[in-house]
Amino acid sequence: MSATSAPVMEVRGLRKAYGDRVVLDDVSLSIGAGDVVCLIGASGSGKSTLLRCLELLEDIDDGVIELDGREVSDPMVDPREVRRSIGMVFQAYNLFPHLTVLANCTLAPRRVHGVAKAEAEARARELLVRFGLGDHVDKHPDRLSGGQQQRAALVRALCTSPRLLLLDEITAALDPELVGEVLDIVRDLAAGGTTMVLATHEMGFAREIATRVCFLDGGRIIESGPPDEVLVAPKEPRTREFLRRVLPQ
Amino acid sequence: MTVREDRGWSPSPRELQRRRTRALLARRRVLVATVATVVVIGGLAAVVLLSPGWPRVHALFFSWDDARDALPDLVKGFWINVKMFLVAEPLILVLGLAIALVRQARSPYLVPLRGLAVVYTDVVRGVPTLLLVFLFGLGVPALKLAGLPKDPFVWATAALVISYSAYVAEVFRAGIESVHPSQVLSAEALALSRVQTMRHVVVPQAVRRVVPPLLNDFVSLQKDTALVASLSIFDVLFTARDYANYNYNYAPLVVAAVFFVAMTIPLARLCDWLAVRLARRERAGAL
Repeated sequence: MSATSAPVMEVRGLRKAYGDRVVLDDVSLSIGAGDVVCLIGASGSGKSTLLRCLELLEDIDDGVIELDGREVSDPMVDPREVRRSIGMVFQAYNLFPHLTVLANCTLAPRRVHGVAKAEAEARARELLVRFGLGDHVDKHPDRLSGGQQQRAALVRALCTSPRLLLLDEITAALDPELVGEVLDIVRDLAAGGTTMVLATHEMGFAREIATRVCFLDGGRIIESGPPDEVLVAPKEPRTREFLRRVLPQ
Repeated sequence: MTVREDRGWSPSPRELQRRRTRALLARRRVLVATVATVVVIGGLAAVVLLSPGWPRVHALFFSWDDARDALPDLVKGFWINVKMFLVAEPLILVLGLAIALVRQARSPYLVPLRGLAVVYTDVVRGVPTLLLVFLFGLGVPALKLAGLPKDPFVWATAALVISYSAYVAEVFRAGIESVHPSQVLSAEALALSRVQTMRHVVVPQAVRRVVPPLLNDFVSLQKDTALVASLSIFDVLFTARDYANYNYNYAPLVVAAVFFVAMTIPLARLCDWLAVRLARRERAGAL
């Protein structure tokens, strides 16, 4: 834990509602450099919405989001400028099917970050090779397996060297035997000190890599703490009930 | 599941401040839009109205008296265009969809029809609509076949139906092909027949996607009903030209254009409304 250094991202009193349906209610969260925060909870508990709010893909209804000490939930802040320094990976990969894997990975570095083509391609190639996609650089995404596509999507998010990486249930759409290859990469990144917030259903994995686990229920963070507390000896009855349902006895 | 209720929440001062900022930004956008509109529209109007020949153009095209004089005849003529359009449109939809479906059919019995459908779209789309109108409007009655109607209105409508059904068939075909193969797969997995798959799964999705290009073709059809003026049918265009030739004034043509525009706009709004309603129903809450 890096509780001493200034947080990369700080969320206070976040609220998000669609009409009368309150999806996030008074959520507060502090993410320090090198933290790996795992969001757990049933579907519909607000994990994905929280990640989308952090990426400024949604307008929030109350509360404050700060990135490196600057409030980014201010309407005067250009959300694109904030998103430049945050990477996001989605459950359904969301690769662009009309571009090759390499072109997927170099689109943002070249068009948003102004990196020269050769440089962007060299960096993307290096990452793709490192994550075992060296043979698929020039293929289109639909030619790859789900696990390969999700690894490519991770590389695409990493190519811009984001300050913070948001992963939204990135293994939920994968076959069980493909989950491992994606989690290996995330484990690598965690060991390398990448700051991450991930929504996940993989409790064992969360316990292994998380510096902190947050249990969400009904749009609130019910319990939060080190994985050995929240996942092994939860204080809240609702957390216990949830874990009983998802963990095999 | 937890009941999601408002636990006595009221917006924080920061949120209230943020709402004020958002409202301010919204007002600024409205202001910019208004100024931009006034400058562009006003500028264009100034260029036209201040041009040296404007009084002459105004008298020739925008003479109120001539427009009023020609109006009753123009309305009568426009009714012919509307009738033709209303008759042709449903026929084109049915024929176009039928041709598209025949081209997609896999039954061996339908192979000759498939070939015919391909030739039909290729040839008909290549022939200028005006020639089809002449061929049908003048050619078919000249055959003097017993039992066939002689009314040029009927044959002009037939020419439009044939011409446009070829375009519309291609639009439908593009829509059908854009439906993902997994949809056909899951319909087949439910043991639906190929016809049932088309009828209940593929075509409904395809039609939704092709509404905007279909609308495009129908707007074009509405205007092309004026091609029958070349058969000396007193539609709105022929009536307007007739007036122009006698009185040397083109105001009736402008009136005819206004009629066509007025007919197009409700159709466009209807399509927009349908699209919005569908999107709301099928994608509610989803990203």
